[in-house]
Amino acid sequence: MPFWKIAWRNMEQRGLASALTAFSMALGVAVMIAVMVIYSVAVKQFEQNAQGYHLIVGGKGGALQLVLSTVYHIGQPLYPIPYSYYERFLPGGEFASVTETAIPQCLGDSYQAPDESVFRVVATTPEMFEKIHYGSNPDGTPKSYEFEPGGRNFKTANFFEGVIGSVVAARSGLKVGDTFQPSHGLAGGSDLHHEVKIVGILKPTGTADDRALFMNIEGFYLLPGHALSPQEEETDASKQETPAEKKAREDKEEAEEHAQEAELDKQLAAGTAKPLPIAQREVTSILVLCNSPLGPQYLDFKINKGKGRIAQAVAPTREVAVLLNSIVGPIRVVLLVLTVLVVIVAGISILVSIYNSMTERSHDIAVMRALGASRGAVMAIVLVESILLSVGGGLIGMMLGHGVLALASPYVVERTGISLSAFEFDWQELVIIPGLLILASLVGFLPALSAYRTDVAKSLSGSR
Amino acid sequence: MSHTLLVEDVKKAYREPDGELLPILDVPRLALEAGEQVVIRGRSGGGKTTLLNVIAGLATPDSGRIVVDTTDLTRLPEAARDRFRARHIGFVFQTFNLLAGFTALENVLLGMTFTGQRHDSSRATDLLGRVGLGHRLTHKPAALSVGEQQRVAVARALVNRPALLLADEPTANIDPAHQQQVIDLIRDVCRAEDVAMLLVTHSDDVSGQFDRVEQLDELNRVIAKVH
Repeated sequence: MPFWKIAWRNMEQRGLASALTAFSMALGVAVMIAVMVIYSVAVKQFEQNAQGYHLIVGGKGGALQLVLSTVYHIGQPLYPIPYSYYERFLPGGEFASVTETAIPQCLGDSYQAPDESVFRVVATTPEMFEKIHYGSNPDGTPKSYEFEPGGRNFKTANFFEGVIGSVVAARSGLKVGDTFQPSHGLAGGSDLHHEVKIVGILKPTGTADDRALFMNIEGFYLLPGHALSPQEEETDASKQETPAEKKAREDKEEAEEHAQEAELDKQLAAGTAKPLPIAQREVTSILVLCNSPLGPQYLDFKINKGKGRIAQAVAPTREVAVLLNSIVGPIRVVLLVLTVLVVIVAGISILVSIYNSMTERSHDIAVMRALGASRGAVMAIVLVESILLSVGGGLIGMMLGHGVLALASPYVVERTGISLSAFEFDWQELVIIPGLLILASLVGFLPALSAYRTDVAKSLSGSR
Repeated sequence: MSHTLLVEDVKKAYREPDGELLPILDVPRLALEAGEQVVIRGRSGGGKTTLLNVIAGLATPDSGRIVVDTTDLTRLPEAARDRFRARHIGFVFQTFNLLAGFTALENVLLGMTFTGQRHDSSRATDLLGRVGLGHRLTHKPAALSVGEQQRVAVARALVNRPALLLADEPTANIDPAHQQQVIDLIRDVCRAEDVAMLLVTHSDDVSGQFDRVEQLDELNRVIAKVH
């Protein structure tokens, strides 16, 4: 009879204690799996989000803030830069020689879904979904944005068209043909703008774009508060207002906005709406895809090192790496340390459980010794029992961890756009089983030693 | 002439808590031929179980020789002694000592586990069939009667075709109605397998059936001194 079967029978004898100790190990490993997989999926998603273009060009400020607001639709966007800066990337511009595609984006509006969820509205050009890719397929080919059946990309000529991400569609119930009203500011809910007609719903990308709404940048510029006004800037910058003056100014601005909206409606109805003049335009960020490997370095030097610079160029992958290494990575380490402690505690519970049973099983050990089992053999049987409990519990924990991830997947996708799969594996999981073997050997050693030292004659003489 | 068992000048003493040595055994000679069946009788605490433990290699004598089938157990290191015991010595205990978590068949297979050799598990099934438990293979000890448990213990002791069977009061915990069945069973199987048997008992009924009965008090010089 193999040792594992003898150990298994011993475990069966103490069924409840064995099950509980194995379960505690399973829970510890399940949490560890969840931390590992969620981290690796999150990293993959983060890195995937940051692919498809080389640089993000935006206003001066925090590089990470620029990446987070542009790529992940998180946090406050930086101050915008003049549209003329964007034109440097267009044919004939200063940076055109190294630019394959430059996509402008204007941020600052949001949309509140009926369930109170707030999503960012990104104003951009249709090229965003035609010339930029996100992530890559398993075969290495880049992934292109696609629309759900019945949908299409918005058109430059149709100022108030837009498309929405899959999570937004699911959470808001919006569909092709519906409209949404962007809110001025990032809080959503109030100060609603002109309606934007939805012409397409993006197929899930697993990126932050699933949680955003995209509208034609030409329509965005025509909305009140989005055009650059030199007079306003002077007023804001130079004047100290009394409360009364401030209220009067705000009332006036609101009235002007309403008038502007009404005028816009009239122009749209009459088909006479014109794009906003270039001089009054700004962009929050520009996604730049270079046409050569040296392009990003060139732009980095020209934009970031030049005198009197007004913008910054940031490589999103580099910033993401910094973010992961400096913030997310250490948090993961802390979580992993905690889960390792949980597993060690589970290991100690196995030690206590087996060790406490040694007195009652000393008789069985003595019988086995009388039947010819060496001290090493009875020691090995106890160690095998410890290993079965630890590794068995660990394997159950691995399945449990992946099962929980699978169950949580729909919720996580809906909330974050990050798709988890029960079959997502992190290579570090491979370390768990050898780790548990070592742990099992350590915690099993003490009771195994007790078995080794069992006094056969004395144990057999005890009545049973 | 070679013996299946030869005990020569075996002495064993235990150290008491106060440090004094308490002599238990001092046996000048005890020998069993192949297939011979011998009963040892003696008073309680007289060293019968210690003698069996020493012969089985579960305890080491302070001096003397224990030879089983030409192998001097006292010269073997512990691990080799354990392996030798597994292969060549069967043990039937007073309290059966079946493992509660194992089925009848597994208890017998356990006897084959530690021989360090490949074993034929059909031997365990056959033997259980011979002791009348072919239909109880998967029953655990708690589901077996006392007599059935002892039959499993007998099968386990004989499963490796040992040269020597040691039986320590195997009928002490069995009701009189079943005692004879167990004795008959042990004797029959030992005869059939040509196994030498050394049986310890208090029972006159049991010892009266054997041709050779040894009194430990006569074998053991320690007893004489104590008395």
